[in-house]
Formats: sequence, structure tokens, C-alpha cells
Amino acid sequence: MQSDIKAVLRPTSPHLSIYRRQISSVLSITHRLTGLALFVGTGLIVLWLVVAAYAPAHYTTLHSSLHSGFGQICMLGWTLAFYYHFANGIRHLFWDIGKGFTLPVMHRSGWTVIVFTLLMTAVTWFIAYTSTGTLS
Amino acid sequence: MMATNDLRSRLSRVKGLGAAHHGVQHWWLQRVTAVALLPLSAWFVTSFITAMLSSNVVKVAIWFASPLNAILMVMLLAVMFAHARLGVQVVIEDYVKSPAAKYSLLLANTFICFAFAGLSILAVLKLHFLDMSTSI
Repeated sequence: MQSDIKAVLRPTSPHLSIYRRQISSVLSITHRLTGLALFVGTGLIVLWLVVAAYAPAHYTTLHSSLHSGFGQICMLGWTLAFYYHFANGIRHLFWDIGKGFTLPVMHRSGWTVIVFTLLMTAVTWFIAYTSTGTLS
Repeated sequence: MMATNDLRSRLSRVKGLGAAHHGVQHWWLQRVTAVALLPLSAWFVTSFITAMLSSNVVKVAIWFASPLNAILMVMLLAVMFAHARLGVQVVIEDYVKSPAAKYSLLLANTFICFAFAGLSILAVLKLHFLDMSTSI
């Protein structure tokens, strides 16, 4: 009896490096990562408000650095992170009231979050670049 | 009727506070702030891309002169940093094992969130109460 137990060497789980990625786990960790990214982004909101209120002479410097290549990449990243965390957060709230737990619904809502994120990011950047006079 | 394998005292069961002695307070506040952030953050992103991309700081100040814009921004900042603090706290608790590092980071998280909230709300109030005829 004892030798039988020793012979069974089942793999322990999860081995994250070899475990096949699934939409459920990828979207879950992305929610955390986007949350952390947005936390960093709140620092920029603080900086933006503090410069506008207490150092208005430096406002143009902040504005032009946000319009540099690096600044625009950061803003694009935060736009994606915001819409992702927003939409996936709604998904979490539905789970919290016990809805949407079946696999087909969960996969569908997951893909909806991805499509929503990309679509809203595109819409937001389109409006930002076309609304008259705001980028001057 | 108490289950035979339940080792908790009757007092513990009736209080319902669990091992952390905080009950569902953290979990619930995370959800309350999440629900509040849905309209507030959507309002902010919409306002930001339509009214505040200007390099002219006066436009930002004029925007915050509106009582509605100022109060919504203060509410957003308060709720956003409450939500961020709770979220980052869970990430630290989940991934940082060493007690010294864990409690240092938890303390830093709390301090940074309160400092960011205080700074940014003060800046919004200053912009709101700014006398345009003499300043900037």
C-alpha cells in the first residue's frame, strides 16, 4: 500500500512557465497589472493638477513633454489600461453578484472586454486628435 | 445548528469578522469605490479629451472654476485614491513575503495615497477659487 503511494508522482500545479495560457488567467493578471499601471498614472494626474495650480509657468513644459514620443506612448498605455480595468472591473462586479460564471459566458465577456478596450482607445484618441483647438 | 467540525466559538460566528478581524470591510469598500468610479472616471476621460488637452493653463483654470467640474474632480480624486490604496494593498499582501518589506510597502502605499489625494484635491480647490483677474 505504502509503495503504491510513493510510485504516484503526479505533477504539481500550476507550473506557470509551461502551463498553457488561457483567457481566464491572462485577463485576471492583466486586471492587476493595469491596476498598478493606473496607480502610476494617478501620479501624473497629481503632477498635472499641482503644476497647473502652483507652477503655471511650467505648464507648457509638462504639456510638451506629454506630447513627446515617450509621453504619447505612456498616454496610449494608460488609455488602454484605463478602458481594460474599467470594462473588466464591470465583469468582476457581475461575478460578485453571482452572474456570468459559466465558461461560455466568461469567454464571451472576456473577449468583449478586449474588443471594448481596443475600440474605446481608438475612439478616445480619434476625438483627442480631432476636437478643434484642444491640442494647440 | 452548529456543524460538528466548526471549531470557531459562537461569539466568533456571530461577529462574522473572520481571521483578519475586519470581516468584509476591505472587500466591500473596494466594490463601493469601483461602482462610484464607473461614472466619475468616464466623466473625467470625456472631459479631459474634450476640454483639457490645451497647452494653455488658463483654459484648465477656467474649467475648474465651474463648481460642478470642481466637485466632481474632488470626488473622483478621493474615491480613486481610496480604490487604488485597497487594490495595491492586496497586491502587496499577495506577492511580498518578507514581513519587513511587506509592512514597509503597506505603510508607503497608505502614505502615498493620502499624500496624492491631499495634494491633488488642494490643487483643484486652488484652481477653483482662483481670482482670474489677478492671477496667471
